[in-house]
Amino acid sequence: MATVTQLQPLLRIEGVSKVYPRPESGGSFTVLDDINLSVYPGEIVALLGRSGSGKSTLLRSIAGLSKPSKGTVYSNGVAVTGPNADVAMVFQGFALLPWLTVNENVEIGLESKRLPQKEVKKRSMDALRLVGLEGFEKAYPRELSGGMQQRVGFARAFVVQPRVLMLDEPFSALDVLTAENLRGEIADLWEEGNFPAKSVVLVTHNIEEAIMLADRVVIMSSNPGRIRGEIRVTLNRPRERNSNAFRSMADHIYTIMTKPDTKITPVLQESSSLLDVTPLPHARPGAISGLLELVEEYGGPEDVAVISDRLRIEADDLLPILDAAVLLGFALVRDGDVTLTETGRTFADAEVETARNIFRDQALKFAPMVTTMHEVLLASRGKPIHEDFFLDLLDEHYSDEEARNQFETALNWGRYAGLFDFDSDEKLLLLPEE
Amino acid sequence: MIRRAFPSKYALPRSPIGPADTAILLGLFLLFYTIARVGSGFFVAFKPPSLSPKVYLDPVNLPYYAARSTLRMFIALGGSVLFTLAYGYIAAKSQRAEKVMIPLLDILQSVPVLGFLSVTVTFFISMFPGSILGLGMASLFAIFTGQVWNMTFSFYHSLITLPKELDEAATVFQFSKWRRFVSVEIPAAMIGLVWNGMMSFGGGWFFVAVTEAITVNNNSYTLPGIGSYVAKAILEKNLKALGYAILTMVVLIIAIDQLFWRPIVAWAEKFRMDKSTAATHASSWVLDLLRSSKLPRIFSQEWRKVRRRLPEISFKRFRRPTIKLTWKRKKSRINEDLVFGIIIGTIVVGAITVGIHIITSEVPAREIFSVIGLGFLTFLRVVCLLLFASAVWTPIGVAIGFNPKLSRIAQPIVLILASFPANFLFPAATIIFIRLGLGLNFGSIILMILGAQWYVLFNSIAGAMAVPNDLREMAANMRLSGIPLWRKLILPAIFPAWVTGAITASGGAWNASIVSEVVTWGKSTLTADGVGAYIAKATTTGDAPRIVLGVSLMCVFVVLSNRLFWRKLYALAETRYRLG
Repeated sequence: MATVTQLQPLLRIEGVSKVYPRPESGGSFTVLDDINLSVYPGEIVALLGRSGSGKSTLLRSIAGLSKPSKGTVYSNGVAVTGPNADVAMVFQGFALLPWLTVNENVEIGLESKRLPQKEVKKRSMDALRLVGLEGFEKAYPRELSGGMQQRVGFARAFVVQPRVLMLDEPFSALDVLTAENLRGEIADLWEEGNFPAKSVVLVTHNIEEAIMLADRVVIMSSNPGRIRGEIRVTLNRPRERNSNAFRSMADHIYTIMTKPDTKITPVLQESSSLLDVTPLPHARPGAISGLLELVEEYGGPEDVAVISDRLRIEADDLLPILDAAVLLGFALVRDGDVTLTETGRTFADAEVETARNIFRDQALKFAPMVTTMHEVLLASRGKPIHEDFFLDLLDEHYSDEEARNQFETALNWGRYAGLFDFDSDEKLLLLPEE
Repeated sequence: MIRRAFPSKYALPRSPIGPADTAILLGLFLLFYTIARVGSGFFVAFKPPSLSPKVYLDPVNLPYYAARSTLRMFIALGGSVLFTLAYGYIAAKSQRAEKVMIPLLDILQSVPVLGFLSVTVTFFISMFPGSILGLGMASLFAIFTGQVWNMTFSFYHSLITLPKELDEAATVFQFSKWRRFVSVEIPAAMIGLVWNGMMSFGGGWFFVAVTEAITVNNNSYTLPGIGSYVAKAILEKNLKALGYAILTMVVLIIAIDQLFWRPIVAWAEKFRMDKSTAATHASSWVLDLLRSSKLPRIFSQEWRKVRRRLPEISFKRFRRPTIKLTWKRKKSRINEDLVFGIIIGTIVVGAITVGIHIITSEVPAREIFSVIGLGFLTFLRVVCLLLFASAVWTPIGVAIGFNPKLSRIAQPIVLILASFPANFLFPAATIIFIRLGLGLNFGSIILMILGAQWYVLFNSIAGAMAVPNDLREMAANMRLSGIPLWRKLILPAIFPAWVTGAITASGGAWNASIVSEVVTWGKSTLTADGVGAYIAKATTTGDAPRIVLGVSLMCVFVVLSNRLFWRKLYALAETRYRLG
């Protein structure tokens, strides 16, 4: 599209950071760290990252819904200080008003524009036609399926004719087939060239979705959210999910996304602090063993994208499980392929009791938090210890929420391994009874 | 591996009695001492009416009076819990009983409790002749009827909406009825029960204040307590004593909130079934203290030991697994239902006939019509109250609810304000009315507002807090503001909460009309035209036909406005304006 105006970005994000204070400890927690990004007319930019990468926060900063702690967002050259009139947003959970009809929900977008009634009617009909909802004007959102509800969400954004359309994981609350269908229609609309917005910013954790739709994929890292880099998607539209080019690009991005966290620590390092803070990926032991069994069943190395597809789970949910398997020395990931180690294979084949023992040995070797908790309990000579003791330690390194998650993951692993018990009424950790 | 030594408090073997235990022991000791000391006053002999116990305005006596009123509140609460469990259980389990019990509950809930004081007081005094116990029972009964219906409804509702899977699990594992009740039904109902109990308990103070000093059938009765202290202060125009009483009441409400309700609410959190709403993390320092103490654990261990030795108590009917019951009793159903219906119908028709007979034998028809007019006047007051409370408190409530930091601070304060018995403030308002020369016809609206407005505020806050964040973001993104924002998003979103608040407020206001349409300060009395004042006057003179007329008219007004107005709004709130 508009190649002449290429130099003038629609959105310019300059040095944006978002920091949340933590009242108890007096410290702070960084969600976004020094983000610089421009969005030009005629392109779709995907922000791809795992949960905790701040991609939704970034989207909200652009839309003027959340004020950056540092830096500025420029929209069409003007600094954004309040709700940004140049953008319209499509929400993950649809955000429809249940007491308004489809038509009234769509017209909400025009409320602030004070257009004549006739124009309002015409525009909302056009938007509804565009998303294939003709004949549903008088229906209430409750009567519609999830996919249709999100179509209303799109129509409401289209009716504004925004410069930039903001999509906040718009397909992730839908079932697989519906999501695929709607995604395809949006791609078609874009390719036909009469899309009601000049550019699109898409937030997603789904790699294939990003490749399917975007011209540029901006990859973000987690805790704190930073831009790691971007990949240009030059595949011809309409894009074929099963083409070799598509597949190899997906593999490539999978590899990039798995890499920074696949730190394999064969020997436990010396540590001067009470707590080694290598973060644990949030995966349940059951999920880890399930994944390993699946890979073992298929025999040789397995493609991450294929696993994700076969299990019908999003990369965002699969990656922590994979990370955990790698951390515990059960699996290796290379070039987007998963291989089981010797231990991993034994673990996958073992019956419950043996599997538990293997898991315990590996957790003690590679999951420092589990080891610490176990050692503290041993040293307290059988006295139970309150969870706050560990949470306080973790709080020095993580946000409150993440500290809680880290603790619960360690707790899950330790309980599964039979290393300790937990009394959830009194919030006490204790050694299991012999 | 080099690691820091562990903090000594974790390594040291704990002594069996720690500071937490000491604090709890001390607290328990104090509690028992107070109950023993105060409880003995319940059986003092008196000869009505001349020798009823005196109340002294010296503030030294206030703690004792406060303790007596508090004890009464807790006894009534205990009674309410027992009644709730029994009534709710039977209504939920027996289809036939349900048909009578639930409409009855609905009516009882609408009946102005204070209208029946003359009947209950006379009845209880004749039950316990020569003892103050009868008066105490009458007061207890009034408090009880003021709080119990809500709790019963909540429990019944929890029982019939028990999650299906829990119900099926209990059946599959052949739980006895007792086991099902204790480990499935009560836990599932716990949160609703606790919150309703807390709100109703707060409302109970109002009745304490009214029933401790009353004039019925031309006899004045006094029951030592904080309410009669206020009554005496009003009689003697003692503003200072009034101030002390208000202060005591505030301290009392906060103390009970901190020592009793907060811990229970925080504890009940563990019965929450939907994980999503657990974001409102309730915490209580008392509960933390109890949990860090060893005493409860030692106690429960010992109790388990004792219980193991006890023979299993078996209730034969109660222990039978529940499955069998559902199959029998289908056949002679129609006949039984018919007989049952005839009996109930006869009772209802009989009661109405007797009521009409009592009224028409003494009250001329013209007066009956004028009382209907008085009912309308009171009705108008209730409407004014609702309009005012909604116009003022809804915007403030929304502003608070949209600000998480503010609402965390404001919500407990509003709860305390709602618990504060408004009739403690009536004297001060009365003085102002007298000074300004403002008649009670308008003044009583203000008195009603004093008590009932908090329910609107409290529910507006709760409603605003429950508005999903993405809807608010959507509205900001679509740049809605001002009137369109309120019309499209805020008002519909808080509508269900507003209905709940308004129903509670109007129910409270009808009840309050009986005490707010006639107020006194020393020897001067202000009276408003209204059915509340009519009932109050009839109660004082013991005019039974007029009491029956006034109360039944008020019931008709309440029930009609419930059926014709509130129920429709409620249905609308449940269907169209339900979020999520």
